[in-house]
Amino acid sequence: MRLHVDWTRCDGHGACAELLPELMDTDDWGFPIMRGEERDPAVAVALENHARRAVKACPVQALRLLG
Amino acid sequence: MTDLLPGPDDPTVAAPRGPDRLLGPDHAAPIPQLDTTSLLALVEEAGLTGRGGAGFPTARKLLSVSGRSSGLSSGRARVTRPVVVGNAMEGEPLSHKDAVLLTQAPHLVVEGLVLLGTTLRARRMVLAVGPEIQTGPVTAAARGTRVEVRQLTGGFVAGQESALVNQLNGRAGVPTDPLVPVFRRGVDDRPTLVLNAETLAQLALVARYGPAWFRAQGTTADPGTFLTTISGSDRSLVRHPGVLEVSRGTTLRTALKAAGTDLPRVAAVLVGGYHGAWVPAAALDTPLSRDGLRPFGASPGAGVLHALAVEACPLQTAAAVTHYLAGQSARQCGPCLNGLPRIAQTLRGLAVPGASAELVVEVERLRVLVTGRGACAHPDGTARFVASTMRIFSRHVEDHLKGYCHAATR
Repeated sequence: MRLHVDWTRCDGHGACAELLPELMDTDDWGFPIMRGEERDPAVAVALENHARRAVKACPVQALRLLG
Repeated sequence: MTDLLPGPDDPTVAAPRGPDRLLGPDHAAPIPQLDTTSLLALVEEAGLTGRGGAGFPTARKLLSVSGRSSGLSSGRARVTRPVVVGNAMEGEPLSHKDAVLLTQAPHLVVEGLVLLGTTLRARRMVLAVGPEIQTGPVTAAARGTRVEVRQLTGGFVAGQESALVNQLNGRAGVPTDPLVPVFRRGVDDRPTLVLNAETLAQLALVARYGPAWFRAQGTTADPGTFLTTISGSDRSLVRHPGVLEVSRGTTLRTALKAAGTDLPRVAAVLVGGYHGAWVPAAALDTPLSRDGLRPFGASPGAGVLHALAVEACPLQTAAAVTHYLAGQSARQCGPCLNGLPRIAQTLRGLAVPGASAELVVEVERLRVLVTGRGACAHPDGTARFVASTMRIFSRHVEDHLKGYCHAATR
């Protein structure tokens, strides 16, 4: 599975970065930033549940799991 | 600015003028009817690539809406009829080639769009025209065809595929998340093929004269001709700014000379427009081809060549360009909306002689920060321009840190 941010929706609430600090951080303005180089990074199996929780926690449905 | 230039003085490297040229006077020979297979073969053999900026192989774009894309289950072809869109939005302020093309040879653009739409059994054929382009000639050329000429609202990102599709669907002309590409769901929710106006004109010529004719110009890897818009940072630097058709692989020097450029006064040339990159004056013999421009992080793009004078301060220029680009953000994506003004502000600081070295580090940090973090390529394109500025003008940056600027002493 891959993690995808729809930037047109994201308002920088920051819930994702708080629930999934292994993959995400926030930038100067509170918008999520992927820790790795990839735009839509692969989610390790061990993190899938955390990732699902982060997706659910996004108040504007900007975060998605693909595949 | 939209003058047509008389042509380069070296006919061996640049495209000759004549009836079989993009901006030539006469295209009397009819275009043969083609089926999808032969159109795809023709475009593939010619090696035609998009002339709107990204330079994507046109054959692959055609394939994406033809129902033959190998990604789909090959057994059942898609039956949804597509929409074909000609893109003449020309949101890049330094580019005028679509404007010239639609005035000088509007019939070619219409012919390319009709050929494409007929072959792909398109439900609609739309030509999207930017607000600064005269629609009279192309509307006349489209009379009696199924081509709908639509003049739309402009802006730097309005010509981006999804933004264009959104505007044609009656929504705001801003990009959408790229997860669902327009070739799956675009105008009227149909698979949509968007090709630049010049690409359509090139297509009409390829269909008429054949792939071998097309390949007689340009290089093996980058065949054909393209329209360039040549301008300078001051009036005496480029005496005849305007639009010129040249072969791919023509050197920067030849193209600039054709526009009456005072070559010894050129410090660098911005290739590809505000999302492009600089080629320094020492490398004016660089060929205008994908391979030739790659070492500079540039590409032929939509053909913009803008010469910067040696007397100008490149950092002031870069700050002004970045400020403009920040203002052109669609204001949807946080990193672009917040990051681009911050980059512009930092570059403004750096443009003042005596600037702190910390600003150089900050520009680099912000450039990396915005890259890849938007629905469209606006932050990435801006970052590319900034990276090129810092690399090509690194000595000038050092001058500023030492409190000196050649432009300030004049």
